Amino acid sequence: MARDMSDKEILKMELEQLQKEVKNTREPVSKTAKEICEWVEAQAAEDPLIKGVPEDKNPFKDKGGCIIT
Amino acid sequence: MCDQTFLAITFGPCDNCSQNKPLMNIYLKNEPINYCSLCVELMACQGLAKGETTNTLKAESESLKAKLEEERAKLHDVELHQVAEKIDALGQFVMKTRRTLKGHGNKVLCMDWCRDKRRIVSSSQDGKVIVWDAYTTNKEHAVTMPCTWVMACAYAPSGCAVACGGLDNKCSVYPLSLDKNENLAAKKKSVAMHTNYLSSCSFTNSDMQILTSSGDGTCALWDVESGQLLQSFHGHSADVLSLDLAPSETGNTFVSGGCDKKANVWDMRSGQNVQSFETHESDINNVKYYPSGDAFATGSDDATCRLYDLRADREVAIYSKDSIIFGASSVDFSLSGRLLFAGYNDYTINVWDVLKGTRVAILFGHENRVSTVRVSPDGTAFCSGSWDNTLRIWA
Repeated sequence: MARDMSDKEILKMELEQLQKEVKNTREPVSKTAKEICEWVEAQAAEDPLIKGVPEDKNPFKDKGGCIIT
Repeated sequence: MCDQTFLAITFGPCDNCSQNKPLMNIYLKNEPINYCSLCVELMACQGLAKGETTNTLKAESESLKAKLEEERAKLHDVELHQVAEKIDALGQFVMKTRRTLKGHGNKVLCMDWCRDKRRIVSSSQDGKVIVWDAYTTNKEHAVTMPCTWVMACAYAPSGCAVACGGLDNKCSVYPLSLDKNENLAAKKKSVAMHTNYLSSCSFTNSDMQILTSSGDGTCALWDVESGQLLQSFHGHSADVLSLDLAPSETGNTFVSGGCDKKANVWDMRSGQNVQSFETHESDINNVKYYPSGDAFATGSDDATCRLYDLRADREVAIYSKDSIIFGASSVDFSLSGRLLFAGYNDYTINVWDVLKGTRVAILFGHENRVSTVRVSPDGTAFCSGSWDNTLRIWA
């Protein structure tokens, strides 16, 4: 556990981790950012918090009167 | 979060050199032993090759970090908000508190939605775990835990059980029964055992496995039925405060964030730390995967929330304002990932436009720190829990 490890052991652990990470493959931000934007655009049409929900369909909007479950 | 910690010192014969000295209680291969501080140092040095000192290790570490940053910077050719310029800005936001759930006797620390989109489980400092019906605000079940500060709670995917834990260092699963008179505490099943407080827990895709994170610096995957440890994840150098599983379609990974300012991405099957990000300036309180699974957001005590892209392997956005000086305790995305809801220690919830990096709304209502924020499974509302003992549903 991290609390029981000495500083040297923690440093060794971090060092091994960094050595592995330097080898990871990466893609340019221009490509990944574009893909994120496209994904959001595609999904945004269905997002109730963005497009809003008509009063009678939203179970959380106040209706007054009785709620039949 | 914790006010004070006291170190109790035991004095007596060391297990190694047999001299009477102040002892350090440590765990070797999960066995508690008492060594004096000199023997602990000697033992730590044995693990190193000749010529390795703390300084050489640190120097190598720094140079590798610099190399990593260089590799990442090469691919940083554009900013996310620049790519997002062509996208339409969001309209005016009108979000109000629709329901207030009152009933906890003390600070609400954590909450989770059920997949049926209407039930909520919440846990608080007084040891109570309550299951609510969010449409009617009725309490359906209440369990009293034997410990205070129940910092983690989660709903099982089937909706038939809840898991919770905190200062008792364990994660316990309670099956929920339809019979209101049944004593839930009698059916409790202890699943996880850590050596420090439980900070976060989450069921995987089934009711059969639970992932936990703890103040002892590790995360662990457990089998619910047998209580067996299936995999443990070592790599954080301080308390792990939060974890989140990747959305089911994208594979077997999860992200964790902790007091060492690092956010780590792990492979659940191998236990390996796949990627690590260290750009925050203070403890990371909460981590949340992006709905597409290609990124994740973090909320931190340095008053910023940040978005990290997993394929580009770097931070791509910072959500901050000079006027926000209190830490962000909790973050969650809307269904499409366009909005980021973040709860802060200044009692407010800020809503950010993820792509453009701007704030679209600020929500007031809670009378104390907002400790947890979660969007409902169908995205129609989100719920916030606070140290003012209430939960609020916003839509």
